[in-house]
Amino acid sequence: MSVTYEDAVTRYDPVLGIEVHVELGTRTKMFDDAPSPAGGTEPEHANQLVTPVSLGLPGALPVVNGTAVEHAIKIGLALNCQIAEVCRFARKNYFYPDVPKNFQTSQYDEPIAYEGYLDVELADGTVVRVEIERAHMEEDAGKNTHVGGAAGRIHGASHSLVDYNRAGVPLVEIVTKPITGVGDRAPEVARAYVQTLRDIFRALEVSEARMERGNVRADVNVSLRPTPTSPLGTRTETKNVNSFRSIERTVRFEIARQAEVLDGGGSVLQETRHFHEDDGSTSPGRVKSDAEDYRYFPEPDLVPVAPSREWVEQIRATLPELPAARRRRLQGDWGYADAEMRDVVNAGALELIEATVAAGASPAAARKWWMGELARTAKSQDVALEELPVTPAAIGELQTLVDAGRINDKLARQVLEGVLAGEGSPEQVLTARGLEIVSDDGPLLEVIDATLAEQPDIVEKIRSGNLGPMGAIIGAVMKATRGQADAGRVRELVMERVNG
Amino acid sequence: MCALSGDALERMSVDARPEVPAVPHRLATMSTIDSAEVVRLAGLARIDLSEDEVTRLAGELDVIVQAVATVSEVAGADVPATSHPIPLTNVFRDDVPGETLDTAAVLSQAPEAQDDKFAVPQILGEEV
Repeated sequence: MSVTYEDAVTRYDPVLGIEVHVELGTRTKMFDDAPSPAGGTEPEHANQLVTPVSLGLPGALPVVNGTAVEHAIKIGLALNCQIAEVCRFARKNYFYPDVPKNFQTSQYDEPIAYEGYLDVELADGTVVRVEIERAHMEEDAGKNTHVGGAAGRIHGASHSLVDYNRAGVPLVEIVTKPITGVGDRAPEVARAYVQTLRDIFRALEVSEARMERGNVRADVNVSLRPTPTSPLGTRTETKNVNSFRSIERTVRFEIARQAEVLDGGGSVLQETRHFHEDDGSTSPGRVKSDAEDYRYFPEPDLVPVAPSREWVEQIRATLPELPAARRRRLQGDWGYADAEMRDVVNAGALELIEATVAAGASPAAARKWWMGELARTAKSQDVALEELPVTPAAIGELQTLVDAGRINDKLARQVLEGVLAGEGSPEQVLTARGLEIVSDDGPLLEVIDATLAEQPDIVEKIRSGNLGPMGAIIGAVMKATRGQADAGRVRELVMERVNG
Repeated sequence: MCALSGDALERMSVDARPEVPAVPHRLATMSTIDSAEVVRLAGLARIDLSEDEVTRLAGELDVIVQAVATVSEVAGADVPATSHPIPLTNVFRDDVPGETLDTAAVLSQAPEAQDDKFAVPQILGEEV
């Protein structure tokens, strides 16, 4: 492409719309009691977690999972939404092998939650309010595997294989209103929005919300307009983007691509697109001739859901502390500056530091370890902090050793090195490597005597009141003890020896 | 039809019809059915209809739609529209796993299967 993203955002105003699907972590599916693969049941093989309802067998009747409704209400409340007094399920009719009933049971014009907002904090602390249009309940589809080529052919043609383990897993789809006024920060806003949602799902304990497992998936709508006051441009929808980085890249790519189309006097086609992980591009998806003609109608096999206000208030009262509030509380407790806190959050160190503090380290010491030595180690190994082979409990123990004066900072780094190398707990490494500060004067005096004996002239100088060479003596002793001596104590002992 | 217990029962209200709003207007209205509409619907529903069938169904469906329209005329403003004949809301199930079907039995009903999965024809134009 000849138009760069940087160039595009100087001449066009991007508008976003994001639809996020989250698989709820209920034990069973949305409309039947088959164990859910998103709810802790790991299937051993395909088509194992199925019932007549999951498979859409004739005569099978759905029954709503009450816990899934409760989860949906929790999500709605956390997103500052109104909770519908009455809402219904509808059939969304379409033909595709991953939907065995030939319709998806969803909600149409009566979502369970609507008109909310979510405040999203960007890396530099800027807060963007994203308006939420609705959050509705529906069910996930099965999974298609496409088989092509010569291998495994059926009747000489390529074919698809369908697994219905995922069919019927409860989903909540959250739809934003157009996100405007974010300009060149659009990619960052899209990413931060989904990240914030993910954190909320986890805090609410309504989903494991693991992106890599497809628990959370985003459809990213992007359009451009010449100025912020122009009418909205034609949007494209990039489907099923399932990592934070991909969401950001999708928005960047679409902004540049659409700018190029518009620059050339063309018009953007309203279409579904797919994101390609390898080069960060998007390409047009399947053209559905019957798209947007889903012939929605109320699902006659299900009765309306009418959450009583008492129930809603009861759920509201049990909502846990949400991530943003928790961050504010922890920052206050720990006394971190705004910038320090942002760095900690951006580095993914919040939970690690919290656990380290719980294990006995001061907030300052915990931050020093995770944002210093450990961050450097993680960076050099190109892994996330939490992937390092060390637990917050071990860091807490390490710092306790420092606080007790058994090791100094330098020795502590050596102990940490041993812990990271899998040599055991800090205490074990300290013992095995013999790194404890020598607090027994006996061995220390031997070293000091040997050092002084080698340099009688220096002893003479010190004795005559010239303390200049003292540093050299202490340095030599420290070196001889491999840093395990307490420098202050060495100084005292040298003075005693020289003047004694 | 469903197991109800504990919280689910408590949340269930037996006669909540007055709380249920009308089916959205868009869903409650229908235009007359002509052959072109039947052809379009048959296409969406993947039903292969002959010309004769289209003509016959257009006539039959139109009669049904008109009959429904007559009912709509009779129903006054005091009769709320409904999406379900039984005045219930909040029929919920507890989140407790039950029995699942045997995979081999399930797949034995399919024309083709492979790797415990249903084998289906590739959809044209679908990306792989």
